[in-house]
Amino acid sequence: MSLKEKLEVLADAAKYDASCASSGTAKRDSLKGGIGSTEGMGICHAYAPDGRCISLLKILLTNYCQFDCHYCINRKSSSVRRAAFTVDEVVDLTIGFYRRNYIEGLFLSSGIIRNSDHTMEQLVLVARKLREDHGFKGYIHLKTIPDADPEIVAQAGLWADRVSINIELPTTSALTRLAPDKSEKRITGAMAEMKTSILEAKEASRKFKYAPRFAPAGQSTQMIVGADAATDVQIIDRASSLYQGYKMRRVYYSAFSPIPDASAVLPLQRPPLMREHRLYQSDWLLRFYGYEPFDIQDAAENGMLPLDIDPKLAWALKFRSAFPVDVNRAERERLLRVPGLGVKAVKTILATRRYRQLRLDDVARLTQSIAKVRPFIVTLDWRPTLLIDRADLRRLVAPVEKQLELFAG
Amino acid sequence: MRAAPARVVRLAAEDDWDGWRDAARRLLAARVAPDAIVWQARESADDLFAAGGNDLPPEPQLELRVPRAFPALAKSALLHKDSERFALLYRLLWQVTEHPGLLNDHADPLVRRVELMAKAVRRDIHKMHAFVRFREVEVLVEEGAEGHTRFVAWFEPEHHIIRATAGFFVRRFAQMAWSILTPELSVHWDGEVLSESIGADRSQAPSGDPLEDMWKAYYAAIFNPARLKIGAMTKEMPRKYWKNLPEAQLIAPLIAGAQAREATMVAQHVAPDERGISLQGLAEEAQECRRCPLWKGTNGCVFGEGPGDAKLMIVGEQPGDEEDKAHRPFVGPAGGVLDRALTQAGVERSAVYLTNAVKHFKFEMRGKRRIHQKPDTSEIEACRWWLDQEIRLVRPRTVLMLGATAVRGVTGKAATIGKMRGSPLHLPQGDGLVTWHPSYILRLPDKDAADRAYGNLVEDLSLALEKSREH
Repeated sequence: MSLKEKLEVLADAAKYDASCASSGTAKRDSLKGGIGSTEGMGICHAYAPDGRCISLLKILLTNYCQFDCHYCINRKSSSVRRAAFTVDEVVDLTIGFYRRNYIEGLFLSSGIIRNSDHTMEQLVLVARKLREDHGFKGYIHLKTIPDADPEIVAQAGLWADRVSINIELPTTSALTRLAPDKSEKRITGAMAEMKTSILEAKEASRKFKYAPRFAPAGQSTQMIVGADAATDVQIIDRASSLYQGYKMRRVYYSAFSPIPDASAVLPLQRPPLMREHRLYQSDWLLRFYGYEPFDIQDAAENGMLPLDIDPKLAWALKFRSAFPVDVNRAERERLLRVPGLGVKAVKTILATRRYRQLRLDDVARLTQSIAKVRPFIVTLDWRPTLLIDRADLRRLVAPVEKQLELFAG
Repeated sequence: MRAAPARVVRLAAEDDWDGWRDAARRLLAARVAPDAIVWQARESADDLFAAGGNDLPPEPQLELRVPRAFPALAKSALLHKDSERFALLYRLLWQVTEHPGLLNDHADPLVRRVELMAKAVRRDIHKMHAFVRFREVEVLVEEGAEGHTRFVAWFEPEHHIIRATAGFFVRRFAQMAWSILTPELSVHWDGEVLSESIGADRSQAPSGDPLEDMWKAYYAAIFNPARLKIGAMTKEMPRKYWKNLPEAQLIAPLIAGAQAREATMVAQHVAPDERGISLQGLAEEAQECRRCPLWKGTNGCVFGEGPGDAKLMIVGEQPGDEEDKAHRPFVGPAGGVLDRALTQAGVERSAVYLTNAVKHFKFEMRGKRRIHQKPDTSEIEACRWWLDQEIRLVRPRTVLMLGATAVRGVTGKAATIGKMRGSPLHLPQGDGLVTWHPSYILRLPDKDAADRAYGNLVEDLSLALEKSREH
């Protein structure tokens, strides 16, 4: 099999992992040797027509696997074409792509070959060779193998910027059904160990300048949405406990998508992609807007978030008595609840109102869409007297359905 | 009052921050009003009016004080392609010295305009970091000598950002020799020194690279055809950049092929002999279902039963008291009526897949008795997740729906049984037939009406059996 064919097979096998972040790690450059840099902000070097960012070379070392997880295209019983890279092939490909400015670095995962320890050792070896032999300063994300020896997993943290292990499914019952070889206990156990190592290394680097770095961009995880019966509220509850319990930097939600040669126990229809989007919006509300999981529950109907409007708007429509909010007086927490006002807009409003009393025009200049915000705010010259009580408010503020963009050629 | 004659200030280049700052300091100290100045950037290196030829006021004695946020903001905005930017910035500077708090007033039109300019420039810089594509070339220094490798890129930024981005590429590719050619200016790094030359055109850039095919292969393989989100792509990678991105040639064919690829994936069916195992798995998972609150107080979920490759599926409303206790559908009084009708219609119960639209018993306590309650729309909707999967797995040729709840569960639409009886519905999976629910027949007070309805049920079962044998 040619290298190109291997790349096709092993990138295809890796694409169901949503994560492609390259941000939030330590600053590095190659002025004193080697190649590469990281400057804090992640860079997306391309976007695919699925709307996902391509920041890293995201591949599997091999898609041979001993596990038989039903949602996974690489499961043992799948008839998918198999391939395996050598360690050097991955290293050379990463450097070759990096030199041409195609990527920020490498996101390496793997099927389980021989045993978990061996697989993890190979992943670590790729990262070590990149760092030691090539002086690679770019971003490395390693997937860790749940059952591998903690010693080897710990080495991953020494070479990589980020490590991750997927929780896979929001409920334990679904994990048992769909990933019979995986155990929730082992997954969360590995997360807990990783959290401890990351916190210890942070502590050490505060005390000693040259303390070894350990996964400076933290750990992340992914949940598959729509392959089991879990509701949006169950998913968000789970995510919230992952953020708190394991200090996750990110929880990714991946709408289950049909795979070639699907297993018999999978739902055959995919969930709407909008559902995934609403979950990300809720995730943002939890992390940056001061919402709690019970707020998301309030915004939902029978555990499911509306698809036609975003969760913040859904919450606002249910709690109309919390509005209108006076942009000239209200505290930050209340401004953050206004549909259409983002974190940045709220910050600008807070800074600006120290210098002037805001009028509707002023707010319009600071936000994307004043039409969305207007029913929920009070300004010096504007008060939405009746609007907030109107029964058809939802129709007035909900986005107009757009036709799918068709493509010429 | 007559306006003062305009004073022309020529800057050395489009991105001449130092020149602008020096001129602005002198002009401001001399209180030259914004309206009295015409700002220009020198167009090319051989422009007759070289910078420094400006007739500027002397260097001010006192250091000019501006808010700390000003230089950072102005330095970015100055790179904007808008030819008014030098004047706008001087006007902003003029106002800021009078009102030092002005920069915090983000609603001020001038402040906002400059902020948006700076933002556009920062975005352009970020996109240049992302979308520059180097191509490897062998450079022969002289005839016969050993060549060296150089990485050359062609890029067309929107604003005047080449010098501002060069540092990023130096830090990243410090040990490589590279050049970035743009229409306005070209920068070159030899591993130690950054140099500049005049703008280039595309034909001077290399046309290919040995690894580009691999990159395209990667781009095509990492794309998931089951999730097209074209808007999300073009928002972050607008079309104007596509012409210089080798992988962008693939976008149109990938989109064109995507729907077809997804259709083949979805069209795959589970082999008949595996369906039983799959249903078993679903039934076990459904025991933990919390999609609606009906699970509370029940003995568990009553899942469908029957062969995984049944040709006929019968969908009822919901389990009742006895079904809940027995964990099986249609074993109570209504089940008795159904069994009788099945026999009369010549349908073998064991060959039929029997299930309910709602899989938990909904009831109200009346004394010690659990009295059946009709499930509401949201509960039916929540439970469709399971019913859909049962139908998709079993792939029956005919689905017989008993009562309005079953019709809503299967089709998602409201129904009037009396009107719909007798005319088959076209379901994506096959034929759909509608009939009375046996418990409706049990509840009819009028004996004749009940007999008639029972007769209908038997007829409809026969019809369903016949339909399921067609094709």
